[in-house]
Amino acid sequence: MRISRIARTAAAATAAALLAAGCGSGGTAGSTSGHGGLNPPKLPMLQSLGPGEGQVNLVAWAGYAEDGSDDKSVDWVHPFEQQTGCKVNTKIAGTSDEMVSLMKTGQYDAVSASGDATLRLIAAGDVAPVNTALVQNYADVFDGLKNQPWNSVNGQMYGIPHGRGANLLMYRTDKVTPAPDSWSVVFDGASPYSGHVTAYDSPIYIADAALYLMRTRPELGIKNPYALDQDQLKAAVDLLKTQHKAIGEYWSDFQKSENSFKTGDTVVGTTWQVIANMAQTDHAPVKAVLPKEGATGWSDTWMVSAKAAHPNCAYQWMNWIVSPTANAQVAQWFGEAPANAKACDRTTDKDFCNTFHAADEAYWKDVHYWTTPVKSCLDGRTVACTDYAAWTAAWTEIKG
Amino acid sequence: MAPPPTAARPLRRAASVLHRRAGLRLALLLSAPMAWLVLAYLGSLAVLLLSAFWAVDDFTYDVERVWNTANFSTVLTEPVYRAIALRTLGIAVAVTVIDAVVAFPMAFYMARVARPRTRKLLVVAVLTPLWASYLVKAYAWRVIFSQGGVLDWLVGPLGLSSPGYGTTAVIVVLAYLWLPYMILPVYSGLENLPANLLDASADLGASAGRTFRSVVLPQVLPSVFAGSVFTFSLSLGDYVTVRIVGGKTQVLGTAIADNVTLNLPLAAALSCVPVVLIVGYLLAVRRTGALESL
Repeated sequence: MRISRIARTAAAATAAALLAAGCGSGGTAGSTSGHGGLNPPKLPMLQSLGPGEGQVNLVAWAGYAEDGSDDKSVDWVHPFEQQTGCKVNTKIAGTSDEMVSLMKTGQYDAVSASGDATLRLIAAGDVAPVNTALVQNYADVFDGLKNQPWNSVNGQMYGIPHGRGANLLMYRTDKVTPAPDSWSVVFDGASPYSGHVTAYDSPIYIADAALYLMRTRPELGIKNPYALDQDQLKAAVDLLKTQHKAIGEYWSDFQKSENSFKTGDTVVGTTWQVIANMAQTDHAPVKAVLPKEGATGWSDTWMVSAKAAHPNCAYQWMNWIVSPTANAQVAQWFGEAPANAKACDRTTDKDFCNTFHAADEAYWKDVHYWTTPVKSCLDGRTVACTDYAAWTAAWTEIKG
Repeated sequence: MAPPPTAARPLRRAASVLHRRAGLRLALLLSAPMAWLVLAYLGSLAVLLLSAFWAVDDFTYDVERVWNTANFSTVLTEPVYRAIALRTLGIAVAVTVIDAVVAFPMAFYMARVARPRTRKLLVVAVLTPLWASYLVKAYAWRVIFSQGGVLDWLVGPLGLSSPGYGTTAVIVVLAYLWLPYMILPVYSGLENLPANLLDASADLGASAGRTFRSVVLPQVLPSVFAGSVFTFSLSLGDYVTVRIVGGKTQVLGTAIADNVTLNLPLAAALSCVPVVLIVGYLLAVRRTGALESL
């Protein structure tokens, strides 16, 4: 106990020193690209893989580290434990904000971060650069996922791509007729289901409203749902305030969301494929669709904590989760496109990768991955955009 | 002669020192509880207050130790926080009033009407719900309020339906959860009410209603306020129940919990609101003598 505390203090002190060094030298080296002039602190990356530490602490999205407790046939954690001797401790987070704050504690080794968390983690020095040479399966990852603005800085990868997908619209087939094909059922046309509509409880959900406005009110000039100026944000907030009247519950706990759909307290709203799968396994009459306006989505990256106590097991986990078999399993369970091209041969449904557009880069141009909104507009406009702090304040206001 | 056991000698010396110095005795006796109170309780409050004056980075959400009062001005000036604070206060007052109204007849029956054997059983019955986990009870209420749940089934024949998840559900569940904390002080207050006061009132020709208003109520009111300290402060700080049956309702507890993940300083500033409300309430009820009957 005492030893570990000293070790942790020492690690923190080292990190702080490195951080100071990084800030000091940041002005000259490598400020050419990156995100809005992102200058992450210089942190060392693992140079060679040592023996496993016996365990690994993960922060993950629901469904990313299944050990058979949700469905006996869905288990890629136990085979990993048997093969590497690294026991997996998973902490499920409901939102990106939760992931960021969990990683700040320094108690976790790796995180499955979405694009609205990755850059915040990198900028804060909470995650270390990743030595992709030590992750054997990285070679098979789709090129379209490598060196992207949300997972790398100046050509240095900060994680291993996991997979990508879109946020879907779920509805009760017995309560919502006709079957919806548009997000309007949770916005303008939500009144028939007043009190039984749900929405994702995070400021990032404002982007869903912005995406809907992008298609339905082109005069607002929204080009990217994460780059909103004051007026555009206000329009999205007004739409969400109208939606608030129809909301029964907001969700960030996937189990509570599944339960609400099952009991019928919620009949329509945004969801993830994995929640739809679970509800259908429990015989709830629900269906999840990708509405015609397109959707917000995610492209997730496994990242290693700068203070990881079990870095070797963390690297082995990253290699495991993007290995063809495990990546195929998680992609099918969560309902997303796998990151590993070879995973497409291992899916039980042979058409899976086509259905989820795994290799179809043109398709992904229309899916707006979660990204942290910042002051310098992401769509290249020169006006001032609203940042995530403004979105957070707006979200509290929307919920009233 | 054999020397006395070595351990006994310092012990006896210490005992005689303690015997002579009453101040030292008192200091030793109180040091442990005082240390607990100051370090664990007041210490954490001080840290809370301190962190409310810090800021966070807009992008990385790292806490920056820069002194400023922006968080307090946000909490005080943003209309949404005022609405949340007032809503929470309303819920706490409603829960307290409901509990007082429900607890009084129950406590009166237990203290003045029931036979001693029944009385003991009733006390056990009131205490039993406290043995079950708070979370389990809240989830049970989630099932009760659910669509087509127990409540729908019960009131359905009357042409009514469950109010669903929301403020009403929160008030009902909190009133249920904190009821024992109201019954017990009122019960002990009524039990200590001298029977001859009631007899004297009857002898002087007062009706039952008059006796209640002029004799029972003034005597027992401090106990009701004592119970209200529990129901009020517990309702003010609650967030678990709101998360489970509150639907989209925002209260101080959920607003703090939402902010604590990313903006700890703002959450700290926000949590000063219930602290101020509770201190204000305690000062108010102190005047009624309620704190003596706790």
